[in-house]
Amino acid sequence: MLDLIWSAMMIISIICAGITGKIDLLSNAVLEGAEESIKIVIATLGVMTFWSGIMRIAEDSGLTNAIVKFLTPILKFIFPDYINEKKIIHPICMNIVANLLGLGNAATPFGLCAMKEMQKYNNSRDTATNGMITLLVINTACLQLIPTFLAALRKNYNSSNPFEILPALWLSSLTALTVGIALVKILGTRKQKSKTKSNALCKNF
Amino acid sequence: MNIGSWAVPSVIFLILSFSLLKKTDIFESFVGGAEKGIATTVSIIPSLVALITAVTMLKASGALEILTNFISPLTNFLKFPAELVPLAVLKPISGSASIAVFDNILKSHGPDSEIGRIASVIVGSTETTLYTIAIYFGSVGIKNIRHTATVALVADAFALVASVVTVRIIFGCP
Repeated sequence: MLDLIWSAMMIISIICAGITGKIDLLSNAVLEGAEESIKIVIATLGVMTFWSGIMRIAEDSGLTNAIVKFLTPILKFIFPDYINEKKIIHPICMNIVANLLGLGNAATPFGLCAMKEMQKYNNSRDTATNGMITLLVINTACLQLIPTFLAALRKNYNSSNPFEILPALWLSSLTALTVGIALVKILGTRKQKSKTKSNALCKNF
Repeated sequence: MNIGSWAVPSVIFLILSFSLLKKTDIFESFVGGAEKGIATTVSIIPSLVALITAVTMLKASGALEILTNFISPLTNFLKFPAELVPLAVLKPISGSASIAVFDNILKSHGPDSEIGRIASVIVGSTETTLYTIAIYFGSVGIKNIRHTATVALVADAFALVASVVTVRIIFGCP
């Protein structure tokens, strides 16, 4: 996918610049773009380093685990199929906490672990369960408290307050999350109704 | 004064005081985590160079302008800034590509302009949806993803609308 997008971007710009007579500007852009990207890396490297350090402190001190405990009851509501499955609820929690704290890279392994555990309870091996879809929607809604990289980029262009957009950002993420979870609940009951009777996974506990 | 300005200091305060109470090796943890942060940032350099160069070319060639002009009747009707369409389209597909486009928006419009703010909220409140779906379901060999993509993309669309609305409400209409 990216192969196509990337090559298309450059091929289109070369053709377009040829037609509109902006080929000088375009050849300059090649140099500028490459230079620009390193400037961005340098501008964000400091914050990313600092924040990763701070987040490691939270992890090592057990604060992350404390937040996980706090979130568990809420998650049991969102994932009713796995109420008694610690092995599923825990990685989901860690996934959400890592996302909240803006540690996207740390979140993925937990998310994949939860997927693997949920797959063990899946009757039809190649079809997604409601729980899996919910986890995906939570991850794609991207709820995060402090988007460090974003703030660093804003600062790079001299924003007077790089964090001023946070409340708007939280509201927007929450909207996506609420809509997503509501849709999953509605579509999920409709399509899995016939299956849940045979798939009474945790009801026996 | 803005609530957003409180977020970072509060989080740092909370983490440090919790760790002091728990008596863990704060500085050692920091250094370990920071090292990993450097490695992560360095690891995105190649894709960032590739995509930012491509977006800069797209901008210089005038192609981005043509696309924006072409799509503006529709976006004007929806009251969505046409300049943000490339960002909205690329964001679900590729993280680096959307960073490249976002960087370009900040550069041309400024981070404190309405467009800059809306773009920031879009970047922060949506994820590389299709990529995430591919990774997660690919890892367990699920082929029938049922309504996942529909729901996730509808949620993204709501995030787009919410980004425009919240920024206009919080920072005032232009």
